[in-house]
Amino acid sequence: MTTQTPNGYTLDTSGKRIVVDPVTRIEGHMRCEVNVNDEGIITNAVSTGTMWRGLEVILKGRDPRDAWAFTERICGVCTGTHALTSVRAVEDALGISIPDNANSIRNIMQLNLQIHDHIVHFYHLHALDWVNPVNALRADPKATSELQQAVSPSHPLSSPGYFRDVQNRLKKFVESGQLGLFKNGYWDNPAYLLPPEADLMATTHYLEALDLQKEIVKVHTIFGGKNPHPNWLVGGVPCPINVDGVGAVGAINMERLNLVSSIIDKCIEFNRNVYLPDVVAIGGFYKNWLYGGGLSSKACLAYGDIPENPNDFSAEQLHLPRGAIINGNLNEVHDVDPRDPEQVQEFVDHSWYTYGEPGKGLHPWDGVTEPKFELGPNAKGTKTNIQELDEAAKYSWIKAPRWRGNAMEVGPLARYVVGYAKGHEDIKNQVDGLLRTMNLPVSALFSTLGRTAARALESEYCGRLQKHFFDKLVQNIKNGDSSTANVEKWDPSTWPKEAKGVGMTEAPRGALGHWIRIKDGRIENYQCVVPTTWNGSPRDAAGNIGAFEASLMNTKMERPEEPVEILRTLHSFDPCLACSTHVMSPDGQELTTVKVR
Amino acid sequence: MPASQPEKVLILGIGNVLWADEGFGVRCVETMAQSHALPEDVRIMDGGTQGLYLLPFLEETDALLVFDAIDFGLEPGTLRVLRDDEVPAFMGAKKMSLHQTGFQDVLATAALLGRAPERLTLIGCQPVELEDYGGGLRPAVAAQIAPAIDYAVAELTHWGFPIVAGSTETGDLADSSIRRDAYEGGRPAAHEACRTGDERFFPTSAKEPA
Repeated sequence: MTTQTPNGYTLDTSGKRIVVDPVTRIEGHMRCEVNVNDEGIITNAVSTGTMWRGLEVILKGRDPRDAWAFTERICGVCTGTHALTSVRAVEDALGISIPDNANSIRNIMQLNLQIHDHIVHFYHLHALDWVNPVNALRADPKATSELQQAVSPSHPLSSPGYFRDVQNRLKKFVESGQLGLFKNGYWDNPAYLLPPEADLMATTHYLEALDLQKEIVKVHTIFGGKNPHPNWLVGGVPCPINVDGVGAVGAINMERLNLVSSIIDKCIEFNRNVYLPDVVAIGGFYKNWLYGGGLSSKACLAYGDIPENPNDFSAEQLHLPRGAIINGNLNEVHDVDPRDPEQVQEFVDHSWYTYGEPGKGLHPWDGVTEPKFELGPNAKGTKTNIQELDEAAKYSWIKAPRWRGNAMEVGPLARYVVGYAKGHEDIKNQVDGLLRTMNLPVSALFSTLGRTAARALESEYCGRLQKHFFDKLVQNIKNGDSSTANVEKWDPSTWPKEAKGVGMTEAPRGALGHWIRIKDGRIENYQCVVPTTWNGSPRDAAGNIGAFEASLMNTKMERPEEPVEILRTLHSFDPCLACSTHVMSPDGQELTTVKVR
Repeated sequence: MPASQPEKVLILGIGNVLWADEGFGVRCVETMAQSHALPEDVRIMDGGTQGLYLLPFLEETDALLVFDAIDFGLEPGTLRVLRDDEVPAFMGAKKMSLHQTGFQDVLATAALLGRAPERLTLIGCQPVELEDYGGGLRPAVAAQIAPAIDYAVAELTHWGFPIVAGSTETGDLADSSIRRDAYEGGRPAAHEACRTGDERFFPTSAKEPA
């Protein structure tokens, strides 16, 4: 049976059903079911999950100035981004403006997190969808050295001896039975296309990235006072500046600024000499694998971030672009207002919640979380052991956020499509340059690899922006401004009886918003709409499928029982979900259990 | 087992304080810093669920002592101490999310880089309840904080660091707003904030703290 979705997909549920079922506690349970036809092509995709919307539960009645510390604990990676979004929401609600230095420092921290997350995602979570570390053991170190010098002549670590050492280390590690990091791969699947030398080069950079990421986070220790879990402050940043100070506890002095500067340079160098060349080199072997574009060519949303000046979030002042593209019309970029009750709305027709009436959308300020867990008439299994979902009914714990009724993709590719469509100079130059190097048309951008490439380009761009804000910070300090916080409205007696606000950021994996209502100095309601809620959204009342679902459509699977292609595409979104997958045969019998990294 | 005594020790509490007994490890380090005076070469830290972010701290220590809530399949509230090679197998069960790289993977990564701590001791507690988002420690688990710290003191003494009562000044613990008293004391009542959800994740027993 086939159905046509309003956002342009033909769904056919007649073929074999494959269930990929990951489980987690923290960010909820994500599961994916697809139908494949006789040729192994995906003809229907169903993404489901719990993003247990528990924050209102925890934050209700608490001090708004503490909300960042709670939101920092939602997740182990977006810690800083949630904290930043939270302090912005409170500042917006209470009309608190932050000083110039605080804006520069927050931007440096946010950009730093962006770079850290992109590099860690690529090398430690996503690369293994393309790179086979076991195959790297068969590589010739001399040929690997030649490959490295051809791919990135400026990278100093390229001698045959260096690659031989890494290969020996890897061999020892694999032989010791500690394959932990690389286990559960489908290492003999024909979907892996790299020669052993490229596998060894990429695996070597996996190790180099591990060393770099430890350096990168030191920026958070310096500006956030500590890491893990850096400190944040409503009204600014909690670090005093004392450039003349020598070893003053906690204060930012020249020695610390010099350390930040050297880390920024290391990021720029790694992006240019390692990350981007690797994406070009690996992508070159997969140029014909252009699946996974999904909504990226049709509907993209970005809130924008990295304001040039404090307290000014107007679109033209943001270095990461803001805008919405709908109906595949790249000639028109709409502005986005998170306060407008008609723009961002969440629907629950296919989610396990109820608003009391069908087809209703609620703006996050008016968000309601009333669970209603029921399986559709065509579901198989029981409530505690679902074998097959009925996507015609309620089927996910994720609500369906929509922008003016449209299902949207968020994340690095969405930001780059919006930026490209707006003629953002840096983004356009980067994208055109990459496509030229790889001899690919613009349409290649709308793919799984396009998403992966956009992340690498963004990491490079963020490195330059980090330097810009560092220079700005130093210049401002030189001009005699050492202010880092505005505490005028710190005391709740200065607040209005009731207030509401919104904080927005571009988290590494996409547009993030926190909506807060404050009453009598306490939190009355708090709602987060996180990037994975947008991308992992279920269908809505009109039948529009979400970004994950759309991205899987029409993909050809080499071996349906080994879902490499599904994982590749889902991973390319950098979803914040834990995965342990069970692949089931059509009669519901479990075939394989794998963990997804 | 290395012959020499460690020069540097890291005491790490890991887990997510937002998931009831999952917060055991973090609460242990919080309490220990208030009750014991640790010498300079013993660092105590709230590791949360930070995964790879913890790698640099692991690399710079000779001995690592971890407090954590672990599923040993034992009676809830039971403590267990594991050492060195016994540890990773148990920690694998706790992988929390794609990004919260399991602590097992962090240990494996340190080993791959050839910079894993020479000694490793895990003091784990079998949780009573994990599926209560926003909840605090259940009494049976909270009661194990003091005995867990006693084990830690014995281990540190064995490593050549006799520990005395007192307190430790450190910036490596949780913000005061989510320390145990503030966090558990400030929780809204069930009738104010809905605590139910997916039956698979919110069993009936979790709706009201025991």
